[in-house]
Amino acid sequence: MKVKNKIGAILANLIAILVSASMVVPLLLILLNAFKTSGEAAAMNLTLPKVVQWSNFAVVIERGKLIQSFMNSAIYSVFSVVLCIGLASVASYALARNRSRVNKIIYYMIVLGIALPINFVTLLKTMQFLQINDSRIGMVLIYAATQMPFAVFLIYSFIAKLPKELDEAGFIDGATPVQLFTYIIFPVLKPVVVTAGVLTFLNTWNDFIFPLYFLNSSDKWPMTLAVYNFFGMYFKDFNLISADIVLTSIPVVLVYLFGQKYIVGGMISGAVKS
Amino acid sequence: MVMEVLAMNKNKSYPFYFVIGALLLYSILFLMPSLIGIGYAFTDWSSYSKEVHFVGFQNFITFFTGDQHYRLIIINTLVFTLVTTLMKTALGLVLALLLTQKIKAINFHRALMFIPSVLSLLIVGIIFKSILNPASGFLNTMLRSMGLELFALKWLVDPKIALMSVMAVDVWKGMGYIMTIIIAGLMSIPQHYYEAAKIDGANAFQRFRAITIPMLMPTLSVTLVLNIIYGLKVFDTIYVLTNGGPARQTEVLYTAVFREISLGRYGIGTAMSSVMFVVMAFIGFFLIKILNRDEVQE
Repeated sequence: MKVKNKIGAILANLIAILVSASMVVPLLLILLNAFKTSGEAAAMNLTLPKVVQWSNFAVVIERGKLIQSFMNSAIYSVFSVVLCIGLASVASYALARNRSRVNKIIYYMIVLGIALPINFVTLLKTMQFLQINDSRIGMVLIYAATQMPFAVFLIYSFIAKLPKELDEAGFIDGATPVQLFTYIIFPVLKPVVVTAGVLTFLNTWNDFIFPLYFLNSSDKWPMTLAVYNFFGMYFKDFNLISADIVLTSIPVVLVYLFGQKYIVGGMISGAVKS
Repeated sequence: MVMEVLAMNKNKSYPFYFVIGALLLYSILFLMPSLIGIGYAFTDWSSYSKEVHFVGFQNFITFFTGDQHYRLIIINTLVFTLVTTLMKTALGLVLALLLTQKIKAINFHRALMFIPSVLSLLIVGIIFKSILNPASGFLNTMLRSMGLELFALKWLVDPKIALMSVMAVDVWKGMGYIMTIIIAGLMSIPQHYYEAAKIDGANAFQRFRAITIPMLMPTLSVTLVLNIIYGLKVFDTIYVLTNGGPARQTEVLYTAVFREISLGRYGIGTAMSSVMFVVMAFIGFFLIKILNRDEVQE
């Protein structure tokens, strides 16, 4: 019995290591190749670079126009987070606290958007009509709009669990609805706001479809589209492509490392009964 | 007393203008275009002509009974959704069960397996396009160096296996996320259920069948629906890996919509999007039902 347990434990550890390795090897390959010469990278192996080629990064930043696309990605991500989470917070608060018939319909209509697909043709036409197609503000607006459903869902479920006494105390002290929300409710929402914010940030940073459909001018491209374009031009220089991938993924990995708790928490909330 | 006053003034305390911003943004740039699209799905709208004519169900007939190219799109989308959903759920469950045992460096394993979930689909696509390159890719280079030349296939180029390769990449990216959700589900099962069952003499398999699976059902049903939604909408991965090729063998609904729009055929493009809209609205209702199962009713 004991021997059997021990074999089982070793086997379990072995499988875990193998699966983790299958996750890491592709990423390690990219990381190592980012520091190699073009010739070394073409060999596609996991050896260490003979001489560390820091210059790859400089080349990629220059030829891939990465500074500009980094700024674009940052603008899209930061502003869509502020807009989406700000609007979702106030709306969720009113919807969760005042569950009138109309408000319930609005809530379900918005949350249904988690599943609904986007109609790119008519959205493109709408954006052209509003004259926000191929513009940075247009990108921010559609990122905020399309991620509203999930943000509202997350924040609404959080507010539904907050005690109503919080509001009552404020109203008795004579606070207006705006004051109450700003000074009492919003600070309490911090955990869910951070979660929803981090997820919105990651989704926007990682997105590739909206710029593909709605941006014509390359000076407005975010990093994803810039990388894709770079990949098309330099497919023979795997070292440069790897360096480009590394630079594009650094912000995401940093956000993941610092916000791990919030990301995982947000992704599983709703899915698991608490 | 206070409660009564508050109840009467709900519309005042929680004014409607709090909702307006989110509602307008969502309606104008998400919901309305989709609804308008359903109207345009019945027209011959295209980029070639300024006029738009009503053509009845023509676009839908073309899509559902037209040439076999469209049939292949529908089949591929369904196959992709079904296979990736099942694989991610099965592997996610196995990994979750594994990583709730006594394993060394368990948090390290969990973190590593989750990493692909935060990477961009585009980045993952580019990485695997390089790795799966038949001549110079990492996978085939490695297989050849181990003397397994026979298994060094043309992963993304051979029409027979391209869809399988694409699905494998997608499962690689998504299973860690499902695993993480299931781990949370497993941890929420009260430990004393297992202890009680043990005392009653239930073996490991019986405990799994009688406790783990039923207690995990709500979690599994959510991951199932989320995977289905994702699978039906898949675009990035396929666009980057194969762009629907070779010979359109990996074409799915969203890559096809992109192609139709690029060709200026808006009518059929919106028709395909609208079919998707109706299907997704149904799935969405289910999702809301599941998600709100523990919602406290007022």
